[in-house]
Amino acid sequence: MSILVNKNTRLLVQGLTGKNGTFHTEKAVEYGTNVVGGVTPGKGGSTHLNLPVFDTVNEAVKQTGANASVIYVPAAIAADSIVEAILAGLELVVCITEGIPVLDMLKVRRLLDSQTGLKRTRLIGPNCPGIITPGECKIGIMPGYIHKQGHIGVVSRSGTLTYEGVHQLSQLGLGQSTCVGIGGDPVKGMDFIDVLELFERDPDTHAVLMMGEIGGSSEEDAAAYIKRHMSKPVAAFIAGQTAPPGRRMGHAGAIIAGGKGTAADKITALQAAGIAVAKTPAELGVTLQSVLK
Amino acid sequence: MNIHEYQAKELLRKKGLPVPIGKAAFTQDEAERAAAWVRNETGNPLVVVKAQIHAGGRGKGGGVKVTKNEADCTAAIRKILGMQLVTHQTGPEGKKVGRLLLEQGVDIAKEFYAAVVLDRQKGRLVLMVSTEGGMDIEEVAAHQPEKIFKAVLDPILGLAACQAREVAFALGLKSAGMEVVNAACKFFATLVRAYQELDCSLLEVNPLVLTKQGQIMALDAKVNFDDNALIRHADIEELRDLEEEEPAETEAKKFDLSYVKLTGNIGCMVNGAGLAMSTMDIIRFYGGMPANFLDVGGGATAEKVTAAFKIITADPAVRGIFINIFGGIMKCDTIAKGVITAVKEVGLKVPLVVRLEGTNVELGKQILAESGLNVVAASDMADGAKKIVALAGQVAA
Repeated sequence: MSILVNKNTRLLVQGLTGKNGTFHTEKAVEYGTNVVGGVTPGKGGSTHLNLPVFDTVNEAVKQTGANASVIYVPAAIAADSIVEAILAGLELVVCITEGIPVLDMLKVRRLLDSQTGLKRTRLIGPNCPGIITPGECKIGIMPGYIHKQGHIGVVSRSGTLTYEGVHQLSQLGLGQSTCVGIGGDPVKGMDFIDVLELFERDPDTHAVLMMGEIGGSSEEDAAAYIKRHMSKPVAAFIAGQTAPPGRRMGHAGAIIAGGKGTAADKITALQAAGIAVAKTPAELGVTLQSVLK
Repeated sequence: MNIHEYQAKELLRKKGLPVPIGKAAFTQDEAERAAAWVRNETGNPLVVVKAQIHAGGRGKGGGVKVTKNEADCTAAIRKILGMQLVTHQTGPEGKKVGRLLLEQGVDIAKEFYAAVVLDRQKGRLVLMVSTEGGMDIEEVAAHQPEKIFKAVLDPILGLAACQAREVAFALGLKSAGMEVVNAACKFFATLVRAYQELDCSLLEVNPLVLTKQGQIMALDAKVNFDDNALIRHADIEELRDLEEEEPAETEAKKFDLSYVKLTGNIGCMVNGAGLAMSTMDIIRFYGGMPANFLDVGGGATAEKVTAAFKIITADPAVRGIFINIFGGIMKCDTIAKGVITAVKEVGLKVPLVVRLEGTNVELGKQILAESGLNVVAASDMADGAKKIVALAGQVAA
């Protein structure tokens, strides 16, 4: 078991024929992900990497039965790609693209929030490494080989820091159920709470490693959620304890604004909720190990 | 991206927001002529001389002067232009004033606060207003939250007329007459539209004033832009004042590197923003101080690594360098080659600790080991941080 993606996931690649789409699709296929096709407007009817290419997501879904998509299109038009995937009714959309204007994401967010009924699209990202269920399905840009099948859920706002955490877990023999990179943007799809809720319900996830960073209050919200609703142990880490206020630290969302969003506040909130917080990024794995029952 | 007050006001004026009559100037002559123009336009001898730097608290630091006549004004210009202005936001060294705004004096009846901000958790823009104009809004939020009123905006509707009325009434403007309420409503709607059309990340008017003549006006304005959206605003990019930006950060931007100058002495080169922040944290944990944040990005080339290395070594404060790479898309051998090229080009005068992990790690380590360079290899993040702190020296907090 796992969350969101598994060997039954039928993946579509938006922006398949571009440089990034091509490179990462090859890696995904090598890993065993069931990629069923790609979308590049204007190139419909051709094939790329032995995969059928379509002009629209709607057409691709109709022809392939895809239930998820990953987006590798340039930032200026990526929000439209997300909208296209939502309107086509895909269950899961993973947007890797970094640099989407915030106002574009506000419209996407409104569309996501306005969905009713059972068939709702979940968005992961943008500006994220993607999601992987080790041994079954890899969607995104993470190196597959550092992962190991197992029972630890991983959720993070970062890319390489997630790899660091996963690597430490695997070195300790702690495999992962699913690893989700929710991304570094201020306005995004799934947040910590959304992923934690799924991990709590997943019988195959026994504990969760959560990696946050400065900016916003998602970690504080997650702390409150974990305290009230989670029975599984959680270990956490917050990056940016030494970040100066008012400066954007690489990620669009990583900024201490008006004294809010500091690492200290987040660590305090997590600890108050009884969550073990790693003191340094070198102790992500051992901290998680220490909370296992 | 930040811009100056005079640039912000010019942009807002073009969007239809009432701002005081004024003109920017870069020299004494220009400033005197601008002041004369303002006096002529308003028919009033009152001119405000305002230093233009990217920092708040300019008034308290002596960078703003209300002048009552020409001689007074000329003297104020002479005093402020070229001064080293120190405010609570500039640091003790202050900032040199290279630009002035000459502006009409306004008879203020009442001061308010108005801003459009992003509420990240809601995923919505919010129009935020307060009766406490001219104050630090974070102070008001902390101590008098009842004096702040908000309208949450739908991205499609923008600010609905009823929402605008609601906040205008909340500010007590009805006592000044419905004409003033209507003017405020128009002001708020225009402010929201300006935020959307300009792709701002912050649009703050503080104070927003009601003049004794019954006019609603933006007396000061602060505009920040969403860096992600600058691709569709070439005209805004042109407003960038490079004098206000750290030269190393400008240089880094040319190579698409994310760099932030810090106050310590250990230079850092890392791939990924989260890992880069974590690397700074672990250096601090072991008693050192990071000199910078530097994310070389996910798909960095040898050229980018070389550029990053040059930027780090150009900082005279740097006493040691820690390279921490977790190779995913970026291969460790690429990093190793980039480091060697850079060292050969710029030399290596300080200790260098390299921690490599991930894709092609063995090849990367081998390339460094065989290079003959004085590179200290680290087995993991903690090992690397301890080694660089030992080599570069501990620093008190």
